Amino acid sequence: MRQLRIFAIFLVSVTLSAGLAWAQSGGQLRFCLASEPKTMNPLLVDDDASDTVRYLTGGVLMRLNRLTQQLEPELATSWKVGRNGNAISFTLRPNVRFSDGTPFTADDVAYTMQRLMDPALHSPTGDAFRSSDGKVVTQVVGKNQVTVTFPAPIVGLDKLFDQVAILSSKSPQKEMAVLGSYYVAENKAGSYLLLRRNPNYWKHDARGRQLPYIDSVRLDIQQNRDIEMLRLVRGEIGFINSLNAEYYDKLAAQAPRMAVDAGVSLDSEQMWFNQVPRAPLPAYKKAWFTSTNFRRAISSSIHREDLARVVYRGHARPAVSWISPANKFWFNSKLQPHSFDRQAALRLLAQDGFRMQGNTLRDRDGHAVEFSLITNAGNKPRERMAAMIQQDMAAIGIRLNVVTLDFPSLIERIARTFDYEACLLGLVNDDLDPNAQMNVWLSSAENHQWNPAQKTPATAWEAEIDSLMRKQASTLDVNKRKQAIDRVQEIVWQQEPFIYLVNKNAMSAVAANLHNAHPVVLRPQVYWNIDQLTIGTEVATNR
Amino acid sequence: MKWIRVAAIVFLVAVSSACLLADFVAPASYEQQFRDVPDAAASAQHLLGTDDLGRDRFSRLLYGTRVSLLLAPAAALLSSLLAALIGGAAGFLGGWLESCVMAATDLFLSLPWLFLLITVRAFLPLNVSPFASVTITFALLGFLGWAAAARVVCADARALCSSDIVLLARATGSSGFRLLWRHIVPNLKPVLSAQFWISIPVFILTEANLGMLGLGVAEPLPSWGSMLRELESFSAFSAQPCQFVPLVLLVLTVSCFHLALQKQELWA
Repeated sequence: MRQLRIFAIFLVSVTLSAGLAWAQSGGQLRFCLASEPKTMNPLLVDDDASDTVRYLTGGVLMRLNRLTQQLEPELATSWKVGRNGNAISFTLRPNVRFSDGTPFTADDVAYTMQRLMDPALHSPTGDAFRSSDGKVVTQVVGKNQVTVTFPAPIVGLDKLFDQVAILSSKSPQKEMAVLGSYYVAENKAGSYLLLRRNPNYWKHDARGRQLPYIDSVRLDIQQNRDIEMLRLVRGEIGFINSLNAEYYDKLAAQAPRMAVDAGVSLDSEQMWFNQVPRAPLPAYKKAWFTSTNFRRAISSSIHREDLARVVYRGHARPAVSWISPANKFWFNSKLQPHSFDRQAALRLLAQDGFRMQGNTLRDRDGHAVEFSLITNAGNKPRERMAAMIQQDMAAIGIRLNVVTLDFPSLIERIARTFDYEACLLGLVNDDLDPNAQMNVWLSSAENHQWNPAQKTPATAWEAEIDSLMRKQASTLDVNKRKQAIDRVQEIVWQQEPFIYLVNKNAMSAVAANLHNAHPVVLRPQVYWNIDQLTIGTEVATNR
Repeated sequence: MKWIRVAAIVFLVAVSSACLLADFVAPASYEQQFRDVPDAAASAQHLLGTDDLGRDRFSRLLYGTRVSLLLAPAAALLSSLLAALIGGAAGFLGGWLESCVMAATDLFLSLPWLFLLITVRAFLPLNVSPFASVTITFALLGFLGWAAAARVVCADARALCSSDIVLLARATGSSGFRLLWRHIVPNLKPVLSAQFWISIPVFILTEANLGMLGLGVAEPLPSWGSMLRELESFSAFSAQPCQFVPLVLLVLTVSCFHLALQKQELWA
């Protein structure tokens, strides 16, 4: 009897350990892409689906850890940015091979940089490296040493390499030979992509086991979000990378363990007034819109907490300035969101000669205060925010007309004819480094939406922003850069050329049997650590 | 089947009365946002619950019905008048005018009307009140919706011109205008009436389609189209049956119009 008991314990132990081993590796992870990837060439990526494939298959010299927001070595074991900020030297990881067995050498880095910077290729990834005219020189020092020199300093140069998937200079498979954790094994147009584990992937876990744990990843092309949700609940897919608030709440009610709110994201929603001098608007309206008091009054009369609670069902928070609190290093933590205060708004308006007459606010010349707010049709959260702002404005006697336009018409108005009064749009931000927004904050920039392409700054505060942004772009001292960016955030907070409304949360859904998933706010939220993910049968406990 | 028609007419009268008396019947303003209770289920305070901004759905339905039921017939009247004018003239005068009108009609019918409406809407002034906006939308529908009816009217007018009545009138010395006013127009009334009644549900559905695209009636004014947009977020995961009420009302009203139309056709 005792022998039988020992045998039974042994049997259970073997079964459990076998089960755990099974949970640690193998299997197929499925998830959905909203559209088909436009390209398999990692240098030509400019859509979300292609970016997903690049992330899963591309090997990079260094990777931004989406959790810590710090750079970590990948194919480069170390790197050093030159004192002038225009050169970077890499020491490459030895004994690495592409998925087809071709050895990885410094020549591949040189080849990738040459292709990336080839003007004929028009690489969107390469655009980030084009700081000025001139040739990019890549110098192969040895088999594992390479230096890339740019014609001018590039701020945040090292972080840009997170997006550069290294190509093989020798492989007959060209860009299909990869250094990432998976390679594209099958591509059924319009239906799915099948990625298989890269047999030559260089990374191993602490116990010496080759990564990734999961054998294959199947990317199903699925536009319908309802079907995607149903598939998740039925256990047919492993995760949904990004959920909106409605889907999140529905899922949280049905399967709370699957719904993950990673907190505030980098994305923001904002409105602004048209301050373009040549805009076809009456002079008195231009005077309103260029008044700081007017903009601040509008800002103070908007109930941001309500916007976050009603429109985003609590999965957003009132925005502060142009850098989200999710951006741990660059966010100016001294600033707070503008508080909702109608009396303060009316006081600010009174300073500019506005007065209430019955239920209508009038300016000093007697014009009733009325303006239109355009936003893109079909975006329900924005339409709801506009309707709520409309009611907030009505409470201080302002008539706000909400106009939804199809996107091309909206862009035509805000970028070409300037025939609009106020606009509500959002900014989807992927880049932590504020230098990426130079094209917004310089007064001469085309994307300086409230008054673009100025020959000279229209206001003193815009001149100061220009100066600070140029200053931060010309130094590699990160503390000096931080000081300058903090000051720009302060100015924007005070002047409110953009009235920042909310920062949305990053929400995802993760199946219970997908382990080691730690959804974060940076893209790709769920599969940023794809090579660490495992599929098991037991309920996940580590989230 | 007479009782079905009677029931349809009674339903239409009841719906029209309720929406005309919305100012007295509605428990809240259609624009008031009860922000503490968004997406609320039906209750004594909110008979059909609240929408995603906390607005009373019953009140919005009453006012939205008023907008759709008042302006859709107005747009139908406009398009029927245009059809009578253009189609009637082409059928009566014939020749090159008829050819030109028919070519224009074919062109109008072949236009992708939805994209045309979106384009025209984009060129309209921005600073118009919601009521002006909805009036413009329905006026556009009326101005663009005459072509199909004009074809029918033209064919009918052409047939009338060669009918015995008109031949007899010509033989008795009737002039062109007298012929048109005394003999052609009265005989076109039934077909114009049918076109009018057919157009009403078509315009309601068109406004609903525009509403689904976010290009219909401007906030905060409700319409059936804007209320149907709530169903965009309805999924297998959602459980808000009251969201279906505007859809049910739309289907019932359109069906009732068709039943009433059958009666009209019988009169014709």
